[in-house]
Amino acid sequence: MTLAEILDSLFPDGHTVAVADGIVSGDGPFRGGRLAVIGVDGGTPLGIEGACRLSGLVLDVVRRGGGTPILVAVDSGSQRMSRRDELLGLNEYLAHLAKTLLLADAQGHATIGLVYGHSAAGAFIATALATRVLAGLPGANPTVMDLPSVARVTKLPLDRLEAMAKDTPVFAPGLDNMVQTGAVHAVLDPGQPLAPQIAALMDDRSDADIRDRLGAERGGRPVAGDIADRVMREAGLG
Amino acid sequence: MIDRLADPTSASWYEASARARIDGLLDAGGFREFVGPEQRRMSPHLPLFDLPRAFDDGMVVGEGILDGRPVLVAAQEGRFMGGAFGEVHGAKLVGLLRAARQRKPAAVLILFDTGGVRLQEANAGETAIAEVMRAIAEVRALGVPVIGLIGGRAGAYGGGGLIAGTCSRLAVSESGRISVSGPEVIETNRGAEEFDSRDRALVWRTMGGKHRRLTGGADAFADDTVAAFRAAALNLIGRAPAFDLATLEAEQARLEQRLARFGDCREATEIWSRLGVNDPAAVPATTASAFDALLSGLGETTHDAR
Repeated sequence: MTLAEILDSLFPDGHTVAVADGIVSGDGPFRGGRLAVIGVDGGTPLGIEGACRLSGLVLDVVRRGGGTPILVAVDSGSQRMSRRDELLGLNEYLAHLAKTLLLADAQGHATIGLVYGHSAAGAFIATALATRVLAGLPGANPTVMDLPSVARVTKLPLDRLEAMAKDTPVFAPGLDNMVQTGAVHAVLDPGQPLAPQIAALMDDRSDADIRDRLGAERGGRPVAGDIADRVMREAGLG
Repeated sequence: MIDRLADPTSASWYEASARARIDGLLDAGGFREFVGPEQRRMSPHLPLFDLPRAFDDGMVVGEGILDGRPVLVAAQEGRFMGGAFGEVHGAKLVGLLRAARQRKPAAVLILFDTGGVRLQEANAGETAIAEVMRAIAEVRALGVPVIGLIGGRAGAYGGGGLIAGTCSRLAVSESGRISVSGPEVIETNRGAEEFDSRDRALVWRTMGGKHRRLTGGADAFADDTVAAFRAAALNLIGRAPAFDLATLEAEQARLEQRLARFGDCREATEIWSRLGVNDPAAVPATTASAFDALLSGLGETTHDAR
């Protein structure tokens, strides 16, 4: 689905969401209140200016209070790769954006991510992966790194990697693999109205971070939950 | 690997192993490791790639005493796969931070030494980084400082740079580098005209400890000794900001100001000059004590909400 189709499905009565320089902002009516929408559209790489705008928008919602939920819609590139971005501290801008979303969640603003296109690496961590519940739409393509780049770094032939990717979700790009890892909680049905599907995910959200549990159930991250639990037990807890 | 230090006062942090750093950082004899190497909880994925594994997957977590107070500590081993986040590696840190929520230690110390996500386990590593950041926010919200120490050979790159930016306070040495995309990644994607990764001086100026300290990306600059990092950690624990709206509003203002003031700079030396540094070209060669004296004359670095 395109962003316009998503917004039409979410807000049949209209909305104020607009895109400027690839950065999404606005809101629309939702369950008797408003749903704030932020995000990145058009495969735009996330640099210091974009991240700074998004974090400012999240803080505006938190400052106003009232528990307004926040949808983070993502079709981005990776973090913008440039000398200038790193010189000015891109890691701080991306971490700050993630922190504002984590703070919003802690202060009662449900945060829900929606990956409908591409996203990768630091941009993915700072946006979609910083929400409480992350949903995907069929056709979305979140990746950490594409297979040709993985081939370069690991010095393994691309055809072998492609064969391995078929039954090894832990390193292969794509939505299904992120679902199996537990990073993406659910895949939405684009044939049905999105608002009730988003609302149901918000209502079901857990206070705990259940991503490692999901990853074990789905087989994409077999040992992470067990290791974390064992650390807690040896610390005399759980 | 040397896991004990003959003399922490002079021993190099950069050269030390993860275990040796912990040994020299904490009070003597008090460290207890969780899920230690004797349990051989190794990566279930690396054999697929015919790669060797480590009994600790490059991550050491446990509890100890720092200046008489209980702390939880995690250290990455940069010599194993560049300290990269794989499934087990990341899950140990997630577990430690979850334990901190209940134990409420005097601090959690994270000894960074990482190139970011381990590509052979990319999805697990990426998700673990997101889990770590959420857990750090939760620990901080309970009033427990999370202190990052950065001075290892692998720096704090990729998702490691984002985790660093989530910590309450950071100490960094000359050789500590903090960044998202590394020099090689930028060069591969954008060409050597954008970033010549072999120009080490450029790498230090753009991502190194002094630049981060000067521009507010880190809170303390440490000599490359284990003793200096211990002193920095002790100092920072007492100055940790709360995790709340006021802190993040202040950080938003700090980052917006940086964009407005330095957004047109191409070179670190231009930024340092605008900060009021008289001889920017001399900064890379200054000693830690001279650098501290320089810092105390500049206002910018006291603006440190994070």
